[in-house]
Amino acid sequence: MTKIELTVDGAAVSDDVEPRMLLVQYLREKLGKTGTVIGCDTSNCGACTVHLDGTSVKSCNVLAVQANGRTVTTIEGLADTAEGELHPVQEAFRECHGLQCGFCTPGMIMQAVDLLGENPHPTEEEVRLGMEGNLCRCTGYHNIVKSVLHAAEQTSTGATA
Amino acid sequence: MIPVQFDYLAPTSVEEALAALGEHGDDAKIMAGGQSLLPVLRMRLNAPEVVIDLGGISSLRGIRDDGDAIVIGAMTTHHDVRDDALVKEHALLVSKAAAEVADSQIRHRGTFGGALAHADPAGDLGAPALALGAQFVIAGPGGTRTVEAADFFVDLFETAIGDDEILTEVRIPKHTGWGAHYEKFVRVAHQWPIVAVAATVKGSIDEARIGLTNMGSTPLRASAAEQALAGASATEDGVRAAADLAADGTNPPSDLNGAADYRQHLARVLTGRAVLKAAGN
Repeated sequence: MTKIELTVDGAAVSDDVEPRMLLVQYLREKLGKTGTVIGCDTSNCGACTVHLDGTSVKSCNVLAVQANGRTVTTIEGLADTAEGELHPVQEAFRECHGLQCGFCTPGMIMQAVDLLGENPHPTEEEVRLGMEGNLCRCTGYHNIVKSVLHAAEQTSTGATA
Repeated sequence: MIPVQFDYLAPTSVEEALAALGEHGDDAKIMAGGQSLLPVLRMRLNAPEVVIDLGGISSLRGIRDDGDAIVIGAMTTHHDVRDDALVKEHALLVSKAAAEVADSQIRHRGTFGGALAHADPAGDLGAPALALGAQFVIAGPGGTRTVEAADFFVDLFETAIGDDEILTEVRIPKHTGWGAHYEKFVRVAHQWPIVAVAATVKGSIDEARIGLTNMGSTPLRASAAEQALAGASATEDGVRAAADLAADGTNPPSDLNGAADYRQHLARVLTGRAVLKAAGN
């Protein structure tokens, strides 16, 4: 067992974990944060995407011990719950119906937040490229791309208002 | 699936990492970003008793100017390599290829040195490293040594790095002002390339350097095409004869993604495209 200390969705946590434990397992099984899902188990689908020190990673392809001393944000920590509001990207996915079955949605949203952080005004092509590590098994990409573009638009409208 | 049990070591210096490697020998595996290693461990294709994580060694990260070369720390992520101003100015080809590795999430974790040490012939960074004449700085119990790119890639997943050694940095000779393009052929997003061509050219065209991805058990130089491109005009007609030489001497695999002769066809077509784009046309 290896001791780890990290911050998850704003809360400091400390645990003894097996070195082989994946970050996604740690989040789901130890912390009960089942908002982050396991899709493919092969690091292809991106459903398990979370932010590690502010950038997107596939949490099935990171060991929990590698998150020692770092900050993890999951889909559950994205919204400002104290204000009772969704994150603008979550809001955009709801507004544009950027989901069908919804299984890929947590990962899609976390990757979209990362993408917009780096490039606040992406073109449609940049969105499609930036989201290439996230698969939607319903093939509902069209509305997902619309959602990301809508979020970008809303954010820039908000910034200039 | 999850990996089998292993012990985890997180050294904070290269010396500590080398000592751990010396102590555990064949039972140990070095982990850089883990983006290739963890899938292997999860699928239980490998089961080391000890994993030595280089993630805590800050001296292995970063990019610096070293006169006639830029030096990329082995643990620098693909994302950072892609966006680095020095890389863009002096080794644009490396930035272009780093941008094409896997996907955004993988590029945030995967490292330049880790990918090169993994030496997957379908990896995106070997061909540009070879084309630019990179030098690999390798630390071992007796100190450091430097290996030329032409000697670094030995075979499938095999490099000149010894069992008791660690790749610490990669020196890329400056190619300031050279145009560059990495032309990657895939059927679906974030796939390994079926074939890819890394091309960088000086002027249009005084000199060209071309590396091939997935055209043999190691990255390859398209030397015949390079020679034919010197002095060629950067037009479709001007590069066609040279691009037709791009598959000479290659021995690509045949697999579900394509037969060897199809890959050779791709290498010729993609070389033409890559050179024209590198030359700005």
